[in-house]
Amino acid sequence: MWSSVLAVISRDLKLAFRQSGEWLNPLSFFVMVISLFPLAISATPAKLSAMAGGVVWIAALLSVLLSMDSLFRQDYDDGSLEQLLVSPAPLPLVVLAKVFAHWCQTGACLTLLSPIAALLLHLPADVAWALALTLLLGTPTLSLVSAIGAALTVSLKRGGVLIPLLTLPLHIPVLIFATAAVQAALNGLPIEGYLALLAAFLVLAVTLTPLAVAAALRLAVGG
Amino acid sequence: MSFIKRWWQLFEQTVSPKYFYRISERFIPWLTLLATLLISIATVWGLAFAPADYLQGNSYRIIFIHVPAASLAMSAYFLLAICGVISLVWKVKTAEMVARAVAPIGALFCFLALVTGGIWGKPTWGTYWVWDARLTSMLVLLFLYMGVIALYNAYESSATGAKAAAILAVVGIVNLPIIKYSVVWWNTLHQGATFTLTQKPKMPTEMWLPLLLMLLGFYCLFGLLTILRTRNVILERERRSQWVRELVKAEAAKRGANRGL
Repeated sequence: MWSSVLAVISRDLKLAFRQSGEWLNPLSFFVMVISLFPLAISATPAKLSAMAGGVVWIAALLSVLLSMDSLFRQDYDDGSLEQLLVSPAPLPLVVLAKVFAHWCQTGACLTLLSPIAALLLHLPADVAWALALTLLLGTPTLSLVSAIGAALTVSLKRGGVLIPLLTLPLHIPVLIFATAAVQAALNGLPIEGYLALLAAFLVLAVTLTPLAVAAALRLAVGG
Repeated sequence: MSFIKRWWQLFEQTVSPKYFYRISERFIPWLTLLATLLISIATVWGLAFAPADYLQGNSYRIIFIHVPAASLAMSAYFLLAICGVISLVWKVKTAEMVARAVAPIGALFCFLALVTGGIWGKPTWGTYWVWDARLTSMLVLLFLYMGVIALYNAYESSATGAKAAAILAVVGIVNLPIIKYSVVWWNTLHQGATFTLTQKPKMPTEMWLPLLLMLLGFYCLFGLLTILRTRNVILERERRSQWVRELVKAEAAKRGANRGL
């Protein structure tokens, strides 16, 4: 069981690193969206740092959603998704492995990129730490929840636009508490409570969403 | 075991679309009558006879539409999710069809609640829209409805679309309390619930009685709309089955006879 999980993770990561455009595009999208805000609203450092948390989080959410269509698309097209479905390993666990491999390409990289975002938006160093922590705890939840949308739309030809439409309302709690944590850090307040809530959402998402994704995948393949 | 099997067969028979189609016909005249009576009585009572509010004057009277619409929007989503669970677990086709029928009705009531709330908010709060917890969670509910409806429309096969939408509806109902409390902690301005089951209402009787009648009337209307729409969905999805063909033939013969007279 664990060997197949590890096999899925290593396969997906290998595939991703051999076609680097696939996972680099959402990251450059993230940096580009962030650089649009100073141009469109104001380049004053005080204003920028006040809205930095929201800007970074919305950019992260959009780039995760943008990359989600590729989670199952290729496997569905070449038939390996069917092989995963008939394999003896439990499907929710396989789903968890796939989402983890996908998060390594998106959420983890976004977390690593967040100091650059903090630099662009004039955030002080200690707030940049808080921002990175919220991204580390929040982006796995984003990936897991949008995986439901990806699984529900994988059998559709024009599914890409639907994923954000289906899952955006479900991302609201993470968005609220992550940005509230950054705001609290900016005001010098403790952020442990917000981080605990984000961690709670993550635990809930890890336990429940793979079941929904598995059901949706069975529907997509079985009809 | 054979006993359970027989019960199960009986149960499966009663939840078949054909049975639903036949049995629901009996409810239509009663629900129509009840909904018309209750809504017209409550409208006249609420708009003309109920006393004006000492602070808000006459503008408060919009609650006679706002509260029932908001309550129905939430109940309809709950029904949608229950139907989703039933159709996913027990593969009951009729539940899928009821869910398909309920989604647009719920979305419509949700929209109505938001619009009437905005109209009431202008004279009372001085603005059509505030980012308050309840308003925001209602807006999110509308987004959830729109997602479910979009998923129905995205699939060419209505059977697959119905199952996909059922999964989304169930995911949504698990998330709904989380979203609700998130936005409550985030910001709040809206007043508490008007009706609770355990406490006597804080409004005078002349005000809450028409509201209660209106609420019941809206629920009857909702039941009626659900039945009518479900019957349409059943006819559409079962159009290749024997009984629908016979039904259509009989109906056509009846029409033809009427025209002949």
